[in-house]
Amino acid sequence: MGLNPNPGTLVAPQPKGILDPATGKPVGSTDPFFVEVNNELADKGFLVTSLDALITWARTGSLMYMTFGLACCAVEMIHKAMPRYDSERFGIAPRASPRQSDVMIVAGTLTNKMAPALRKVYDQMPEPRYVISMGSCANGGGYYHYSYSVVRGCDRIVPVDIYVPGCPPSAEALLYGLLLLQKKIRRTGTIER
Amino acid sequence: MSEALSGLAAHLREKLGEAVLDSVVAYGELTVQVAPADIVKAATFLRDDAKCRFVSIIDVSGADYPYRDQRFDVVYHLLSPTKNLRIRLKVHADEETVVPSVTGVWPGADWFERETYDLYGVLFSGHPDLRRILTDYGFEGHPLRKDFPLTGFVEVRYDDEAKRVIYEPVELKQEFRNFDFLSPWEGTDYVLPGDEKAKTN
Repeated sequence: MGLNPNPGTLVAPQPKGILDPATGKPVGSTDPFFVEVNNELADKGFLVTSLDALITWARTGSLMYMTFGLACCAVEMIHKAMPRYDSERFGIAPRASPRQSDVMIVAGTLTNKMAPALRKVYDQMPEPRYVISMGSCANGGGYYHYSYSVVRGCDRIVPVDIYVPGCPPSAEALLYGLLLLQKKIRRTGTIER
Repeated sequence: MSEALSGLAAHLREKLGEAVLDSVVAYGELTVQVAPADIVKAATFLRDDAKCRFVSIIDVSGADYPYRDQRFDVVYHLLSPTKNLRIRLKVHADEETVVPSVTGVWPGADWFERETYDLYGVLFSGHPDLRRILTDYGFEGHPLRKDFPLTGFVEVRYDDEAKRVIYEPVELKQEFRNFDFLSPWEGTDYVLPGDEKAKTN
């Protein structure tokens, strides 16, 4: 067709990663932490750490979340899980059963009629369990704060770990909230139940 | 379109006679008012008559006019696919008036009438299962009535001792906000650069 000036098969170039302009090497290759871990692994072949650090690290790496999509926030929660933001990079994946999930994302307006069902789902989750309140309505009633049928914040029903503000919060904001939850687990997590 | 509608209104007046209390063509739409006792007769006629064929029920809803003796309107929206016409039926009612159900004419009116009962408290007779549809289980009051307070009467909270969600009298942590729409402040009379086309008229 003459569209490609170079005859032959099209082959994508091998990815080189992001290069640090200061050093000319891939980004992070001079990070002292990685260099130290790398040296230790190359030297001894194993790493030494504390058990609770290992356990919290494992917990942060597989945060299955209970999808509690109640309103339009659920769409942003779906965006966060879809390839553009791809929360599975961080091991954060949707799980349709409360009995096998670690964190519940309350995405949307919680009404009086739904509140017992939300609590029932939360009670079924195994420890350790976390709750992310997503959006104005779940945080404090939001637009429907004065309504006769809306719970003024889902923290009246379940204990909340992370509040994500916004109406609705963007997918980045929710992803940031999940990263903050990972940080919280790393810092405050214990192996006790 | 409005000729067809006024023709339809004349046809209804001729066939239904005294049952038609009022008929208005406004904004290209025909509204016919009937008495509660005549609603099933009018509905059956509108569905079966060769010039009407209103076989599709779009909606049954309510409206509250607190200053009226018969404070509620029950409003039926109908569609005739064969004649490409729409019609609105209105029935006046109050808290005690029993409006005959049209579920025998259009089975689709079932949930619409439940919704009207739930939100306005209009009673329908002959309905197969007249109970609340939208509001909470055990809810008291009819929230779309004008005299229903915005915040309602109860709010919910999880009680750690009872280990369940409990209901309590509503207690607002934050006052209602009042917006003053009659502010004397009228804004600027100069035009910001780049804002010349913001007002078109």
